Amino acid sequence: MKILVPVKRVPDPATTIRVLPDGSGIATDNIKWVINPFDEIAIEEALRIKEKQGSGEVVLCSIGQQSWQEQLRTGLAMGADRAILVKSDGALDTLAIARILTSVASQEKPELVILGKQAIDDDSNQVGQMMAEMLGWPQATFASKIELSDGKCTVTREVDGGLETIAFPLPGVITTDLRLNEPRYASLPGIMKARKKELKEIAVDSMGIDLTPRLRIKTLTAPPKREAGRKLESPADLVQVLHSEAKVI
Amino acid sequence: MGDVLVIAEYQGQRFPKTTMVALHAGLELAKKRGGNCLAVIAGDQLDGLAADLAKYGVSKVVVLEHPALKEYLADAYSCAISAVAKKLGAEYVLATATAIGKDLLPRIAARLEAPMASEIVAIGEDNTLIRPMYAGNALASIEMDGPFKVVTVRATAFDAAQPSGSSAAIEKVEAEIDAGAGRMQFVSFNQTKSDRPQLTEARIVVSGGRGLRSGENFKTVLEPLVDELGAAMGASRAAVDAGFVPNDLQVGQTGKVVAPELYVAVGISGAIQHLAGMKDSKTIVAINKDPDAPIFSVADYGLVADLFKAVPEMVEELKKVKHS
Repeated sequence: MKILVPVKRVPDPATTIRVLPDGSGIATDNIKWVINPFDEIAIEEALRIKEKQGSGEVVLCSIGQQSWQEQLRTGLAMGADRAILVKSDGALDTLAIARILTSVASQEKPELVILGKQAIDDDSNQVGQMMAEMLGWPQATFASKIELSDGKCTVTREVDGGLETIAFPLPGVITTDLRLNEPRYASLPGIMKARKKELKEIAVDSMGIDLTPRLRIKTLTAPPKREAGRKLESPADLVQVLHSEAKVI
Repeated sequence: MGDVLVIAEYQGQRFPKTTMVALHAGLELAKKRGGNCLAVIAGDQLDGLAADLAKYGVSKVVVLEHPALKEYLADAYSCAISAVAKKLGAEYVLATATAIGKDLLPRIAARLEAPMASEIVAIGEDNTLIRPMYAGNALASIEMDGPFKVVTVRATAFDAAQPSGSSAAIEKVEAEIDAGAGRMQFVSFNQTKSDRPQLTEARIVVSGGRGLRSGENFKTVLEPLVDELGAAMGASRAAVDAGFVPNDLQVGQTGKVVAPELYVAVGISGAIQHLAGMKDSKTIVAINKDPDAPIFSVADYGLVADLFKAVPEMVEELKKVKHS
């Protein structure tokens, strides 16, 4: 089975994010860039499906600048077969990203697209669902379990108040939640092999897609800071202040 | 222009607070943009719910009834609701960022070829909307253009709509569903059994972190406090990752965002991703043995203590207060 895994490059979740004083963006010096953690889970799941089935192909795709190769190489080192980098310098909104990925999916014709439920930088949680609609495919977001048999996909989803299970015939789009799996680290032989794997570059302008942003960020501001309160001596004191001062109990 | 179509999600025969929040945000957005706020409800046999929905100040309730809409499924709902938005010429399609809202709205945006703003926390002037990014470390003021715009709102950022004293017209509309849209099938829903309030609706939330050390300790140490306070139980991502509790209890950037009157963080260090999900709570209490834990930087009241001693003591003290 061929599986397409879109991958986004984001600041390491442990990085402290600082908004630039002029509100034009965030300070990017000293940022360590990594694969979006949910996309890492998507790569892992695709690899596990391929390993279980004993055949197949896992294709990664990123949209960004030359430096994004780094994260694609990491994904290849985890075990993905090849990667596509759609080169773009400009700011793209989610609709444009979904259009580009849909175009790649139409070329590649995977049976599954697996990607993270959200990127931890813009926290939009949109691209998987948009791709599913553009491709006219079923979708299963927030997946915590995926089962495949006879061209049918059964997915357990993390929803409000419990777990929902839905099923659909392939092809389809799945977005990953935290508990789907624990991604592997790239092994040293994996890293060596990754250097020789195919990483194809496509110029976004050559794809003939309308990329005009419909959504623009005008400014970024740092949110108001919450002040630290005071420390109390004992559980009894704590209960007292909650009762008589904060009046919440 | 300026009309807002609010998707009214329901549970059984009632509307959860999150739907009332969507209505409130929809009414505010329509007012600021000079349009009307309409509501749409989709499913099967909706007369009672539609009549209830009509009381909350919207100018019209659109009812979509179709057997294919009986269970929520993204493909059929996307078809039917997008068609209504087009028919009514609604500039905005809006819902609360619940599991369904997050699943459905991007699909509607793609169908309408519309930009989408996720989890807005405020409606700005000059056609802007405000939404958090980077786990709440930045607030973005965004602008969208085009005939349609799609928005989800963060449940904790807006009040709930109140009955307006009048009743809007109810219109039944034939649901348009593509032949190809029926490929998704609902199989089952395994509800987390709990007598406690829902996390996103509770007045008090007590969350546990890795400091609890095991799922067993959540039961024996944390739950007595949760129940003494009549609270909902939450957890940090670390506790979920460690398998102590199910993921639907996760509070944070990638879990649920809560803003109760009282939030009690027990054995939670306070990673930025957790703070993103609770820092708008009215009163925050932190119990942690590490005096330097970042959670104390946002807590109104902190207790540096071994939680295994402090939590049972707190339960005893609460009983005293209750009976005094």
